[in-house]
Amino acid sequence: MSEPILTVQDLHTHFFTDNKEVPAVDGVSIDLHKGEVVGIVGESGCGKSVTSLSIMQLVPNPPGKIVNGNIYFKGKNLTDASEKQMRKIRGNEISMIFQEPMTSLDPLFTIGNQLIEAIRIHQKVSKKQAKSSAIELLNLVGIPRASEVVDEFPHQLSGGMRQRVMIAMAMSCDPEVLIADEPTTALDVTIQAQILDLMRKLNKEKQTSILLITHDLGVVAEMCDRVVVMYSGKVVEEGTVREILKDPKHPYTKGLIRSLPNIKATDQKLYSIPGTVMRPSLDQVGCRFAPRCDYAFDRCWEENPELLEQDTGRQVRCFLYEKEIERGVPSNDRTYS
Amino acid sequence: MLAYTSRRLLMLVPVLFGMTVITFSIIHLIPGNPAQTILGETATEEAISNLEETMGLNRNYFIQYTAYVGDLLQGDLGTSLRTKASITTEIGPRLAATMELTFFAMIFAVFIGINAGIISAWKQNSWFDFLAMVFALVGVSMPVFWLALMEQWLFAQELGWLPAYGRQESRNPIDPITHFYVIDSILHMDMKQLITTLKHLVLPSIALGTIPMAIIARMTRSSMLEVMKSDYVRTIRAKGSGQFLVIYKHALKNSIIPVLTVIGLQVGVLLGGAILTETIFSWPGIGRYVYEAINYRDYPVIQSGILVIAFLFVIINLVVDLLYAFIDPRIKY
Repeated sequence: MSEPILTVQDLHTHFFTDNKEVPAVDGVSIDLHKGEVVGIVGESGCGKSVTSLSIMQLVPNPPGKIVNGNIYFKGKNLTDASEKQMRKIRGNEISMIFQEPMTSLDPLFTIGNQLIEAIRIHQKVSKKQAKSSAIELLNLVGIPRASEVVDEFPHQLSGGMRQRVMIAMAMSCDPEVLIADEPTTALDVTIQAQILDLMRKLNKEKQTSILLITHDLGVVAEMCDRVVVMYSGKVVEEGTVREILKDPKHPYTKGLIRSLPNIKATDQKLYSIPGTVMRPSLDQVGCRFAPRCDYAFDRCWEENPELLEQDTGRQVRCFLYEKEIERGVPSNDRTYS
Repeated sequence: MLAYTSRRLLMLVPVLFGMTVITFSIIHLIPGNPAQTILGETATEEAISNLEETMGLNRNYFIQYTAYVGDLLQGDLGTSLRTKASITTEIGPRLAATMELTFFAMIFAVFIGINAGIISAWKQNSWFDFLAMVFALVGVSMPVFWLALMEQWLFAQELGWLPAYGRQESRNPIDPITHFYVIDSILHMDMKQLITTLKHLVLPSIALGTIPMAIIARMTRSSMLEVMKSDYVRTIRAKGSGQFLVIYKHALKNSIIPVLTVIGLQVGVLLGGAILTETIFSWPGIGRYVYEAINYRDYPVIQSGILVIAFLFVIINLVVDLLYAFIDPRIKY
């Protein structure tokens, strides 16, 4: 495979609260290739959003800070980049769309004003030209009456429409990477499908690489080529979307897949992983998932498992697979598929 | 916007009605016989009934009120008991004096207050933020009369840079046209007079503007901090815009509404006549006018003074409300 366009290498983003240091992202590594869609999956509070904000260098500081690790974008290390250099990349080469379309647009400026602003930050065009490309972009993302919407305010649009505007804004400079932080979470299901289709289309037509952050495995199945599963600030499993969904290895991934409602098993109670995500802490010993894990044994409480890698690029952070992976035996564990 | 404006204007009617009822009642709320109280204990029966006759106090309330409002609508505020002059002519120049002072005090307060608030929010927890907020706290806590006296002592007496009293030099008075001396001296194209007028404005403006400035600074800072944490500010930064655009275009506009409310209220308060400041600086404004009227039990003047101040307050609030809708397209009630 070619060089990845974006590489996150051993990223550590910590939050400094009153005399406590919280490792929200604790040694995360992700590769994103051209034209690829990579999903980052995990429950709320597992560090997905902080990872994406770290890539954009937009982690609120204080209290957050990237304490270690590198982020390479086209060979340039973003963790060393100045604010000025980052500004040239943000919205231009790497764009981002957010979870909350209702609050992500400035309520006091028209859609057009905000789109034109996005265009004119990076491109030297007149206001008039920018306005016509804004209308073009709105058409591209499937907004009806684009030439009117351009003069409307965000509160005059529905959530789905606003998310389309966000996508239009993110695509305004033809970025190479699009980071989508739970783009469909706040939308209802039919709108969700439309937004995902739209992103798919952009990915196919413009070869935009997408880093899709979500907690919805349905979205993952629909969209992604590869999946990174995160738990409590760490990557616990990585593989192709097929591998992860058909053959999950980490007990957490298994639990996530089991928690999906199954149309065939209507008489069963829906499974949920017991407990909640543990707040990451620096003096944590042992596997972070151990307190919620059905398979946990003594060692899980004493040692922190390493991320084990198979030749195929499949990775899992669990003691259960140590021997298996050493021997190079492919797993047949398909209990939950 | 037009519908909103006309609705808002219509809402003035009951407010103005209430105002006139209250000011009208003032004279009737005087315990005992108003005419007796106005004239004093030694007044003769005849004098009392004469006064009642001239003021119309012996007619029924409804007729009195109708006559009162009728006079008001014609711009007639009545006659001062003390000077026997028309209150409308007396109050005009004083109102101009107060408005001019308020204007400059608020320019000072808004300009410094908003900018200090913005920079404090921008550089939160920096030494600037710390100093500005300590200064704002001192500003809010400082009694106006003390600040005014200190100013006079330092800048007028010790350094001799600025005049300590009045609106103009008594030996070279301005020929008033609008009674706004800054405008008048511009109309006369008298540069020297303009400078003198501005010099006279400096100390009272600072004295009067310090508390509003401190309140505005603190309000701007907290409002900005709130907005800076919002999702849309994150979006704007994700677009690659610089800090300046984020702060002066988006964050400022979004955080200005509560600040505007405070500014409106403060303007209202200052227009109500800053009696302390006007007294210390011998500023012939409306505050002193009403204060003197109270001393002389000049009820018609008190009545008119209160009415005019209340009216200005209502107008300021109207302007603030219209500005809300102008700034925030979601406001349409």
